[in-house]
Amino acid sequence: MSTKISMQDVKKSFGPKDVLLGVNMEVEAGKSMVIIGGSGTGKSVTLKCILGIIEADSGLITVDGMDVAKQRGRARETLLDKFGMLFQGGALFDSMLVWENVAFRLLRGPRKLSKSDARDLAIEKLRRVGLEPETADLFPAELSGGMQKRVGLARAIAAEPEIIFFDEPTTGLDPIMADVINDLIREIVVEMGVTAMTITHDMRSVRKIADQVAMIHEGIVQWTGPVGAIDDSGNAYVHQFINGLPDGPIEAIR
Amino acid sequence: MTLVTGFLASIGAAILGLCQATGALVLFAVSGVSHIFLPPYYFGELWRQFIRIGYFSLPVVGLTALFTGGALALQIYAGGARFNAEAVVPSIVAIGMVRELGPVLGGLMVAGRVSASIAAELGTMRVTEQIDALTTLSTNPMKYLVAPRLLAATIAMPILAFIGDVIGIMGGFLVGVGRLDFNPTTYIRTTYDFLTTGDVTSGLIKAAVFGFIIALMGCYQGYHSGRGAQGVGRATTNAVVTASILILASNYLLTEALFPA
Repeated sequence: MSTKISMQDVKKSFGPKDVLLGVNMEVEAGKSMVIIGGSGTGKSVTLKCILGIIEADSGLITVDGMDVAKQRGRARETLLDKFGMLFQGGALFDSMLVWENVAFRLLRGPRKLSKSDARDLAIEKLRRVGLEPETADLFPAELSGGMQKRVGLARAIAAEPEIIFFDEPTTGLDPIMADVINDLIREIVVEMGVTAMTITHDMRSVRKIADQVAMIHEGIVQWTGPVGAIDDSGNAYVHQFINGLPDGPIEAIR
Repeated sequence: MTLVTGFLASIGAAILGLCQATGALVLFAVSGVSHIFLPPYYFGELWRQFIRIGYFSLPVVGLTALFTGGALALQIYAGGARFNAEAVVPSIVAIGMVRELGPVLGGLMVAGRVSASIAAELGTMRVTEQIDALTTLSTNPMKYLVAPRLLAATIAMPILAFIGDVIGIMGGFLVGVGRLDFNPTTYIRTTYDFLTTGDVTSGLIKAAVFGFIIALMGCYQGYHSGRGAQGVGRATTNAVVTASILILASNYLLTEALFPA
């Protein structure tokens, strides 16, 4: 397996606050990596650094061997074409209809389709995530949280990206809907053969979605390994986190 | 001594902060303007913004101009009567509206409506990660969100100001003829005779600059909005306040440049 995403000694600070203190991580092509860790440990910043939304202070991030920081203009757009992302809150464009959200990438840019073709494709993707075609002509505000996540998922896969990021995909959902979303993510990752990176606190998600797991704490990757090894990791941080223990190396603010 | 150095340090920090904010705003403006000229172009988004900023501001600008023109006619009549110069009402109303009040009051009204709306919209998009989502969809937010708003406002504002000028002069005409017993034909002829092309174009140039300022401040404050409802609220307030101040300041500078004493 080739390495799809590589991070070497990536550091990022916001003013006096050091968030990433030297993150090292490799994600193999076609595999699903799940990043776990407490709130405010830099998981989202890690994803945003890979996307170039946040510029890392130092270190090297490569996608398919290309240095992310050096991509500008058209080259950067080509790099971003490889990505799809499901945001924690959906991040749907509330001024657009659901199908326009899903087909956003297909209505503009080099792979632009006609409006009717883009709409047909959007409806197909909505069906893929379990939504009726009637949903297409609603506005995001008219949908429930679970439906918004599904639309976000449909948008993330609409242009058939090579890499998909999932930022806390089950946060705010009831356990049944969370499980439905987990299943959908796993199915899509396997079916499309994409490389996936997921941030979550939900251990049920971890066990369903992950091939590999990385635990981030205090700005560095404390442990990484296959999901099957997580219960016997021998790492105190992982042990405390996955079992939700109040005592351990991770200090809980009470 | 510590008190003095502390005082000087606070002044220095304030000046550095101002320089930093000015630099950031200028870089943002340069980036926004460069994206107007560089492909890809989002004509659909430009048209939508043109309608939102221009067309939907027409009632506000029109009513402002109508009442301002009427009030101006009454004031000039009352003031002119002190030295038997009531006849200057049509010409002064026209010049006052076209050179100054049309673009400035129109600009301030549009600043209240449009700057606030842009800042709130972009601020909410920032807070709900919609701007980040644009990036992940291979779309540059500066090009998709900022450039169309800057261009639309810069084009729409002179058109609004021109319409405001006409309505303002009409307001003066209605008061002049209805309340001050001016002859309608004489009023219109005097207005037409006194106005020069320079009067009109100077007002339109001002309006274009004001339009750019209105969109720039709305976009800048919204794009850099803080987190939560409070962050968006602050961005909206800052957008209206800074746009209004910059309109008044740039109006003085433009007047100096266009009509040197």
